[in-house]
Amino acid sequence: MATFKEFRNNVKPNWCPGCGDFSVQAAIQRAAANVGLEPEQLAVISGIGCSGRISGYINAYGLHGIHGRALPIAQGVKLANRELTVIASGGDGDGFAIGMGHTVHAIRRNLDITYIVMDNQIYGLTKGQTSPRSAEGFKTKSTPEGSIESTLSPLEIALSAGATFVAQSFSSDLKQLTALIEAGLQHKGFSLINVFSPCVTFNKINTYDWFKENIVNLDQFEDYDPSNRVAAMNKIMETGGMLTGLIYQDKGRKSYEDLAVGFRQEALAKQDLKLSAGDFDKLLAEFK
Amino acid sequence: MISQLSWKIGGQQGEGVESTDRIFSTALNRLGYYLYGYRHFSSRIKGGHTNNKIRISTMPIRAISDDLDILVAFDQESIDLNAKELRPGGVVVADAKFSPTVPEGVEARLFAVPITAIAEELGTSLMKNMVASGASWALLGLPLEVFNKAVEEEFGRKGPAVVEKNVEAVKRGAEFVLEQAGGPLDEFRLEPADGKQKLFMIGNEAMGLGSLAAGCRLMSAYPITPASEVMEYLIKKLPKFGGTVVQTEDEIAAVTMAIGANYAGVRTMTASAGPGLSLMMEAIGLSGMTETPLVIIDTQRGGPSTGLPTKQEQSDINALIYGTHGEIPKVVIAPSTIEECFYDMIEAFNVAEKYQVPVIVATDLQLSLGKQSCEPLDYDKIQIERGKLVTDELPQLEQHALFKRYEFTEDGVSPRVLPGAKNGIHHVTGVEHDQEGRPSESAINRKKMMEKRLGKLANLRIANAVKADAPNEAPELLIVAMGSTGGTIDEARGRLNREGISTNHVTVRQLHPFPSDLLEPHLKSAKKVVVLENNATGQLANLIKQNVGYHDKIENLLKYDGTPFLPSEIEKACKELR
Ligand SMILES: Cc1ncc(C[n+]2csc(CCOP(=O)(O)OP(=O)(O)O)c2C)c(N)n1
Ligand code: SF4
Ligand SMILES: [Mg+2]
Repeated sequence: MATFKEFRNNVKPNWCPGCGDFSVQAAIQRAAANVGLEPEQLAVISGIGCSGRISGYINAYGLHGIHGRALPIAQGVKLANRELTVIASGGDGDGFAIGMGHTVHAIRRNLDITYIVMDNQIYGLTKGQTSPRSAEGFKTKSTPEGSIESTLSPLEIALSAGATFVAQSFSSDLKQLTALIEAGLQHKGFSLINVFSPCVTFNKINTYDWFKENIVNLDQFEDYDPSNRVAAMNKIMETGGMLTGLIYQDKGRKSYEDLAVGFRQEALAKQDLKLSAGDFDKLLAEFK
Repeated sequence: MISQLSWKIGGQQGEGVESTDRIFSTALNRLGYYLYGYRHFSSRIKGGHTNNKIRISTMPIRAISDDLDILVAFDQESIDLNAKELRPGGVVVADAKFSPTVPEGVEARLFAVPITAIAEELGTSLMKNMVASGASWALLGLPLEVFNKAVEEEFGRKGPAVVEKNVEAVKRGAEFVLEQAGGPLDEFRLEPADGKQKLFMIGNEAMGLGSLAAGCRLMSAYPITPASEVMEYLIKKLPKFGGTVVQTEDEIAAVTMAIGANYAGVRTMTASAGPGLSLMMEAIGLSGMTETPLVIIDTQRGGPSTGLPTKQEQSDINALIYGTHGEIPKVVIAPSTIEECFYDMIEAFNVAEKYQVPVIVATDLQLSLGKQSCEPLDYDKIQIERGKLVTDELPQLEQHALFKRYEFTEDGVSPRVLPGAKNGIHHVTGVEHDQEGRPSESAINRKKMMEKRLGKLANLRIANAVKADAPNEAPELLIVAMGSTGGTIDEARGRLNREGISTNHVTVRQLHPFPSDLLEPHLKSAKKVVVLENNATGQLANLIKQNVGYHDKIENLLKYDGTPFLPSEIEKACKELR
């Protein structure tokens, strides 16, 4: 069985020293090993942004696509080969601005993939503009007088879109993050894991210390029931979205692959492509 | 007896025009006639004038006719709008309910049949299309049993009572009109057909079927006119072969999902029209850059913007060829017949995998939606070629070594492994990359990679990249076109020929990379070249000028009012342009 080291490659990340994304990378590698995957069984599909580079830093199959489109690409991969474990990942701009439409619909579609967002409340790669996750009043290069748009709550949106797995974590809490990714990988359906992953270069407000002070860790509430959607929504609102842990999970809903009528149990990619002469004749007969 | 005839039915959208046309043409197909249909419709679902025209012939036909023999009208508007098309001596079958009149100056026989009244007597006005079609069928003197069989198929699932009522409606319509006319009209008696049932379908169905035959097992798409039928056909069929259709949230998701699925090894395509194609542009570049096979159908319609969404146009040519930023290898195929719609999809999937490039199959509205007879499709011609796809076990890699997915090779095409394969791990990125797929900004690597990708298609020629009907060594006119216009051109050529004007005709089927070498001799030998296309700026003509030359010989024949060319228009223009 592969250890987390086998999910490492020798590509040196071009992230700034101290960037939260390093821990997300480590957590994915650990979680993949912990759930018993071999590197070739995993495909990491990422978007564009500092965070989007992650697929190149993990020894697994991967595709670094275009800005905002990690999710549809990842869903295509999963549909083509449901035997693969598929992770989609990217930044808060990638998933909640340019790719927000895909995020909502991927949640609704509920294919069995795990979506990990590295949420730093800013655009890192383009050097510090506001993101939908930036707080009101947050000053960035594109909002010199402070952001005047309201902050998007991806967790609330996910719940209202019918998400079957919603979690949030903090890149410094490697243990919790790893456990949540494992749970996401094992969840039979779409899992959203939003990760506070500080940008040390362009975000001087939402720092490691700031998160440590403001986060409410659900793990401390023994009676919190993640199967209760109403309670989950309340908790998100109560904490202003600053909670971490497994927020909601619906184990009952079947994934898209299982609901799609006629959809093969085995990997479609392994199917013989040629139609039989008999099948072809039957198809033609319908046009007579 | 006559060998061909044109029939049209007109009414308000949602009034049964479609179903009447369907039953009428199914019955004709059963008798073995060649058929070619044209739908005039608007974006409204209910209301608004709509009409369907069918040309019926004992010989293969691929064009609508200039004129009309029989018009079936559910309202006066249908008569007013279409009567001018009737040839002298033509026939109008109309509902007596609205006291129909034929406009002055139109020499046509009018049969006012109590269409609605008969239908209501039998239970519901919904059956008026049956009364009307029964009447027009009877005038042609065709066997009623064959028609009833088609009715039975249309309504069979609603139970025998419904079938019986509809058959009765047909009979009553037929009886009424025959009494008025004193029997079937002799001048409309069609020669018997060969009795061999043809395939009868629209281009979108042919492309759906071709995709299935090509091994396509997934489709991701967003609905749009005139592409949706591809999706609607495949959602019925793909589950039977283990696959599915995903209706995505937009065309960006559709195309990127297709890229993901192709990357993971399933032949997947998407289909759209101009607006969707515009949304796909960035992703087409990703396919080109990552050398991931991709197949897209673009059913051209009237642009720009929402344009004329239900009308004929061929104005996406520039977008198809030049669309996406940067420079990638890309193939654009334009089928020109219903059979080609089928075979070209197989070729498209093969080319996409063999060269690891995006392939766009571009039709136009008339080819996509015009229902027509199709020659038998040959199972033995279905060949699946996956190029350098590696399915064997791979040798163990050294620690941290990666599979050379983008290895420099002589033909520029590298071996491709699918995710899941042991020892095949590599990177894939839209960022410039090295042979293992790792991002690289090295100038030397960049240059080599660009040359590798762009060189892959150097020698690509699809089957019949340029299709020629060139009986004349030095024709007075060479007509160059693409897409659905070929049949109309040939009909006009027949007339020109009778008047002593010699013409050759070539159809450009491979729009990109442009097959200049195949086209050049045709331009060279012709005195004058007419490039015929459904757009306003002469996009195909410009391509020819850019790639082949002969600027001074080339004349544009353009039509961009939303309707297809008629044979008479081409005939007239060619006489003027020569
Ligand atoms: C279509 C398109 N628009 C804009 C860009 C430029 N761009 C690249 S990454 C990015 C935003 C990055 O922010 P985020 O997704 O939060 O990722 P981070 O860098 O913060 O990890 C933008 C705007 C692009 N690559 N593509
Ligand atoms: S800019 Fe910010 S997000 Fe990007 S690598 Fe540096 S710290 Fe990380
Ligand atoms: Mg960000």
